[in-house]
Amino acid sequence: MLRYVLKRIAYGALTIWFIATATFFAMHAVPGDPFNSAKAATPQLRENLRARYGLDKPVSEQYVLYLKNMLRGDFGISFTQENRRVNDIIREHFPVSAILGVVALLIATAGGIAGGAVAAYWHNRLPDRLLMMAVVLAISIPSFVIAALAQLFIVQANDLAGRSLLPVAGWGTLSHLWIPALVLGLGTMAYLARLMRSSMLDVMNTDYILTARAKGLGTWQIFWRHQLRNALLPVVTELGPTIAAITTGGFVVELIFAIPGLGRYFVQAVQQLDYTVIMGTTVFYGAFLVTIVVIVDLLYGVIDPRIRLHGGQR
Amino acid sequence: MSYLATDFEPLPPQAPEAAETLTPSPPLWRLLLGDVRACIAAVTVVAMLLLAAAGPWVWPQSPGTQWLSQVSVGPSGARTVDVVPDDPWQGPDRAVDSLTALQATTTAVKLAWPSLPTAVSYRVYRNKGGVGLGMPLTETPNTHYADHLQLSEQTYRYSVVPVKVDGTTGEPLWIEVNPRLTLGEFEAKLLGLVPENGQVSLPAHPLGTDALGRDMLSRILHGARTSMLVGLTAPLLFITLGAFYGALAGLLGGWVDNVLMRFADFVVALPFLLFMILFRVALGIESGESGLFPMVLAMVLLSWPSAARLVRGQVLQLRESAFVMSARLAGASNFYLIRRHLLPNVLPLLLVSLSFAIPQAIFTEALLSFIGMGVVPPTPSWGTLCNDGIRSMLTHPHELVIPALAISATVLAFNVLGDALRDAMDVKVRRGVR
Repeated sequence: MLRYVLKRIAYGALTIWFIATATFFAMHAVPGDPFNSAKAATPQLRENLRARYGLDKPVSEQYVLYLKNMLRGDFGISFTQENRRVNDIIREHFPVSAILGVVALLIATAGGIAGGAVAAYWHNRLPDRLLMMAVVLAISIPSFVIAALAQLFIVQANDLAGRSLLPVAGWGTLSHLWIPALVLGLGTMAYLARLMRSSMLDVMNTDYILTARAKGLGTWQIFWRHQLRNALLPVVTELGPTIAAITTGGFVVELIFAIPGLGRYFVQAVQQLDYTVIMGTTVFYGAFLVTIVVIVDLLYGVIDPRIRLHGGQR
Repeated sequence: MSYLATDFEPLPPQAPEAAETLTPSPPLWRLLLGDVRACIAAVTVVAMLLLAAAGPWVWPQSPGTQWLSQVSVGPSGARTVDVVPDDPWQGPDRAVDSLTALQATTTAVKLAWPSLPTAVSYRVYRNKGGVGLGMPLTETPNTHYADHLQLSEQTYRYSVVPVKVDGTTGEPLWIEVNPRLTLGEFEAKLLGLVPENGQVSLPAHPLGTDALGRDMLSRILHGARTSMLVGLTAPLLFITLGAFYGALAGLLGGWVDNVLMRFADFVVALPFLLFMILFRVALGIESGESGLFPMVLAMVLLSWPSAARLVRGQVLQLRESAFVMSARLAGASNFYLIRRHLLPNVLPLLLVSLSFAIPQAIFTEALLSFIGMGVVPPTPSWGTLCNDGIRSMLTHPHELVIPALAISATVLAFNVLGDALRDAMDVKVRRGVR
């Protein structure tokens, strides 16, 4: 077991290193440097700027320095915002994205599991058909359209009520949170509902459910103790990629609802070609996601003994 | 306690279990044909592809032409309208005794009002419905005014407020005007329309026009080309790439397999947006140019690992399977094995991944165009159409709803088709367990 854990962690660290390296060399493969335009009016100024950001050193030295700084958790200084450290940007804006993401994830998992279980329970009957229709719709409408429609809906609801029930955009209070989180989680919810439904149906047809029924357990007890718990397993494995989808997909919702999260910042940095911010946030996101996936993998081993055994043997 | 023979009753004779008998499964297309959803989805997909391919011939309007007199209108048919001269107006021939619209067309609304003895000038306002004054147009000492400002066919309420010497204002005069659709001489010339008997015929706009007066149907059709181009090319390329990569890993096996698949794991973790931008910059594409090629490139180079894993898994499974071993024993060549066993087993799976990858790619294109990383403004794409539509969704919802419906219907059709394909191949579903 310990070997498996160590292996997973080492593998995660290797992945983060790969992301950091690929990002670094990708950024340096780009011809020219960020200071070739209006910012550097004279050659002297340009040299000073390059020296300030360490761009005058050979690439290999820059790479070593970059890795060293990164190990200390230092992502450098923004190119477009004077004296603003990437760390500060992340520290300031990531919590916003994280709160939004966590709430979205909670809504998505709760809704997805409940929806999938209900659909499987009333398999091929009205609740199932309605839910699956909703799922297909949620998967087929782009998130930015759903976000815009949600805003439209808030506007109409506020108009109808004659007062402000929910804010249309912005950030700061709890009431700003619900609709963006729901919109952000909707796609994932639909996906999880579908997964949960098919996994529930698989479980329903197993022999141990038949045994449980034969020994006289109530429907509710079978549902709760045997079906739900076993059906949850495949859903748990999907949580890693799901978290990835929610955190990286957040930027559209952040853009439309004017939420000052890291995703929005990333898009802005991309549009302004702010290299250090792009590199810093990319590596940060990458490291964050890899960590989550490793944790989910290890948790899965705890939940399902079969994985643990298999992993130990490998 | 003991039992007697009379305590038992023989079971009625039962049919042998159906699942045990091995019958060759019907071909995939026949299974799909029996599935109503799949048929509808397939028809939609084919229709969308045909529209994207042939759209510009079916509906030859240019997606860039601006019909300035028909901005944000709903569905409208073809019509013949007058061409009016757009020379400057010198005022009415004779005095009027109340606020009058001497001409009410979308080229100009010409207003005249009686001169009031106390007034030194008049302020003219225009409101789109409602009773307030609305938008101020001008302040003039004359008793006439010609409004040329972006008129469309709707009810306007014009108000004229007299201003006295001391700056105070008097009681406003007002009138409601419904301009008739006309074309100015200059606009007609600009659009290349030659008037016959002072009239030109305007083309129909079956889906209305957008906020810049461009025909929505033609924009949707041209947008379909962009979306379908990206949506089909990228998945086809990366699934092919992934299939070859996975097959190679699976066939070679051993440490090569290990290294190849570890590399695939790394690629999955790479950030898509960053690499797209990187290719953009590396290819020398400026911020105002189309980013479609780097988008496809990034999708192809970063999305292949899932297909690779799928194919590798299949190859490994097949290598161990009894039928491949017996074929090998019977002296089958590698080529025969690939053609006879590998491809028929892998292709349907790839088809399923393709039908799920296409909507994903269409979404990605729409999303990136939405944030301005995809196509550039004159070229429409479903994503940019939605982006434009969102700006005017409160006043003209059709501009958002139509492109959103186009995306959703296409994505839905591909998803349903993928589901049906998967179900058709899933033995459990076929036996009616689900």
